[in-house]
Amino acid sequence: QELFLKMNSVGEGCTELKREYDQCFNRWFAEKFLKGDRSGDPCTEMFKKYQSCVQKAIKEKDIPIDGVEFMGPNKEKPGS
Amino acid sequence: MKSFFSETDIKSSWDHVFSAFWQRYPNPFSTHVLTEDVVYRSVTADRRLITRRLLTKTNRLPRWAERFFPANLSRSVYVLEDSVVDPGSKSLSTYTRNLNHATLMTVTERCVFRESAGHPSWTQLKREAWVTSSVFGFSRAIQEFGLARFKSNQLKAMKGLEYALANLHGDGQQWPLRASVREASEKAREAALAATERAKHLASAAAPQKPQQYV
Repeated sequence: QELFLKMNSVGEGCTELKREYDQCFNRWFAEKFLKGDRSGDPCTEMFKKYQSCVQKAIKEKDIPIDGVEFMGPNKEKPGS
Repeated sequence: MKSFFSETDIKSSWDHVFSAFWQRYPNPFSTHVLTEDVVYRSVTADRRLITRRLLTKTNRLPRWAERFFPANLSRSVYVLEDSVVDPGSKSLSTYTRNLNHATLMTVTERCVFRESAGHPSWTQLKREAWVTSSVFGFSRAIQEFGLARFKSNQLKAMKGLEYALANLHGDGQQWPLRASVREASEKAREAALAATERAKHLASAAAPQKPQQYV
């Protein structure tokens, strides 16, 4: 039964858009990206719609994601 | 500061693990994870996938902490997970931390998933975590609690990933789901109980003595 349950988006109205995008991404990731296939990403339109919805929800809920450094504080790692 | 380090082998190939990484929620061990969203994603010029995911999780404080930090009860925890997938080097690196409740407790985690050098059909996972608290007088108790909860969550996270792998690819052992959920919950409960006792002891040692009430 768990197979058919999916996660919700933080934006209540964005869940459908999120699920559509996730489905597209998961297929592209496994079948194209990981295999080195450089053909176009078929999910860009879906991603735009989803992002437009969820970024609005994030602002409305005051979730502090702006300006957070990607991958955290820069660590010097020799030979990584 | 309390820190944690572990190294383990996941008995699935790196490509299966990386796919499962995006699909591990929901799972029977993740009832505390409420929402999941990709808030940024792009492919770099050198074909690495960069992603930022926002998760909201329930804020389950032990009862002694609820009493001392009532203001922290109301909001869920926002967690940001950054990741880089490099199919060229067959590696996935992640960096995860909470955005709020940070003064009370900050948990930071770095993971590296990599095709196992000794066993190419397996994936090695190296995990490091740090727990800090800035609350004067309580930081040791909070750090103990935080570290214990992290360990318990780490167990659940591995179970969740294995669950996703089993469902996607039929990888790994076939285990009866209910028994494993019960077993994992029991282990998590035991660890949490032990930590609660330790933390309670530290908290009452730190708290100011309450005057006796005579009714």
